[in-house]
Amino acid sequence: MKSQIIELYVNGDLRTVTVRSADTLLYAIRGKLGLTGAKPGCLNGDCGACTVNVDDWPMKSCLMLAVEAIGKNITTIEGLKKTPIQQAFVDNFAFQCGYCTPGFIMNCHSLIHQHPDADDKTIKEWLGSNICRCTGYAEIEKAVKTVLENQ
Amino acid sequence: MLPFDFEYYKPASLKEAIDLYQTAAKNRKKPMFISGGTELITLGRINLVHTEAVIDLKDIAECMVMQFEGDYLVIGSTLSLTKIEETNHFPLLTKTASEVADHTSRGKITLGGNICAQIFYRETVLPFLLADSQVVIVGPSGIKVSPINNLFHEQLQLGTGEFLIQVATAKRFVTAPFVSIKRRQQWDTGYPLITVAALKIGEEVRVALSGLCPFPFRSKKVETLLNNREWPIEDRVNSALSELPGPILNDVEGSAEYRLFVLRNLLHDVLEVLGAS
Ligand SMILES: Cc1cc2nc3c(=O)[nH]c(=O)nc-3n(C[C@H](O)[C@H](O)[C@H](O)COP(=O)(O)OP(=O)(O)OC[C@H]3O[C@@H](n4cnc5c(N)ncnc54)[C@H](O)[C@@H]3O)c2cc1C
Ligand code: FES
Ligand code: FES
Repeated sequence: MKSQIIELYVNGDLRTVTVRSADTLLYAIRGKLGLTGAKPGCLNGDCGACTVNVDDWPMKSCLMLAVEAIGKNITTIEGLKKTPIQQAFVDNFAFQCGYCTPGFIMNCHSLIHQHPDADDKTIKEWLGSNICRCTGYAEIEKAVKTVLENQ
Repeated sequence: MLPFDFEYYKPASLKEAIDLYQTAAKNRKKPMFISGGTELITLGRINLVHTEAVIDLKDIAECMVMQFEGDYLVIGSTLSLTKIEETNHFPLLTKTASEVADHTSRGKITLGGNICAQIFYRETVLPFLLADSQVVIVGPSGIKVSPINNLFHEQLQLGTGEFLIQVATAKRFVTAPFVSIKRRQQWDTGYPLITVAALKIGEEVRVALSGLCPFPFRSKKVETLLNNREWPIEDRVNSALSELPGPILNDVEGSAEYRLFVLRNLLHDVLEVLGAS
């Protein structure tokens, strides 16, 4: 197994990581950096549980190689501190088992940042990237809308 | 995490990319160009793709352009589908691209990767087939520009070591009236049961399809029959259905009979929306 040392900019810190070129970003942040908030689900781009933000846009970290993320600004759920969307998830009971929650929050966080005036169509389009097996969609939608309205 | 190792290169120029490919090929590393890289990961994970040298095209300036040059709209192959949608220079392309995968994935999936995908839907090629676009390709013998309809037969016919840099589309096609409809087995995301894209050029309707056969296509025969205004619309659609290429897909997304049933309705809708009925 050929490894190399790379630097990743994660949650505001430059972190040194030893990876194979074939390692996904998901594997590197969970396995090498201990940031286990991003969840492995399908590993195939379908479920969104692994979503992080890369340069302020949502990214399924199972669809990106760690080496592709060199020089990019990566934010994981551990990098969010007391953001309105986190509080809104609590207030609106927007999770049950919680497995999908970090991915949903990272997607919502980016949506609120990129489209502060998001309409229903945009919300639906963005959130369609994540699956909640506990089917808490109505509460999740309410959480995002609360933040958008309060802005 | 992929079950095999590879060297990863991110060339900054066309020449560097071509040279890297040739050197890796000489060393029997089965080099692979990537752009979004999502297919390398999803197919590599289940051993349907193997390479020992990955050449990532994302840093090459020529592959990132999106601008009008003279009478043409030029779109680089490494642009993500999200970027293309947000810029929205070519509304038919925007509509077709916005139906591929899901919003987050489209931030990673690229135009070049979708057109050259092994997964056979390749939906974003449809607008370019309809618009008689030109593909700009580079390889060991230099850059060449060819009509996409000469080079795309089921897939883009690329020689060894060649890759797609850009697609150029004449302005008059970019602004023409269009329809793009994607029918799925269920819900609003995922692979198509059938996707139809259509452009109206003058009085003529052009139609291209993905998800019907194991390759996307535009058929001149089908178009001629659909445009025969001397016949009632029912006969035009029926005759077009009898001239489809084969095989018609018969899989978990839908049976061949069901696909033909859906297509019949889609063709009626296209002709109606584009005022060709
Ligand atoms: C969750 C998900 C949902 C999807 N849904 C759809 C869908 O609804 N419709 C659809 O059409 N597809 C869909 N796809 C498939 C996807 O569009 C293709 O797999 C596409 O190849 C991914 O683009 P990429 O840029 O990541 O490709 P890459 O992995 O970079 O490359 C894919 C292939 O194209 C080649 N290639 C890449 N760039 C170039 C270039 N510039 N010149 C020559 N060859 C090149 C590569 O060598 C490789 O063989 C989906 C994929 C995912 C992960
Ligand atoms: S684990 Fe990445 S999308 Fe499912
Ligand atoms: S809360 Fe259980 S999967 Fe969403």
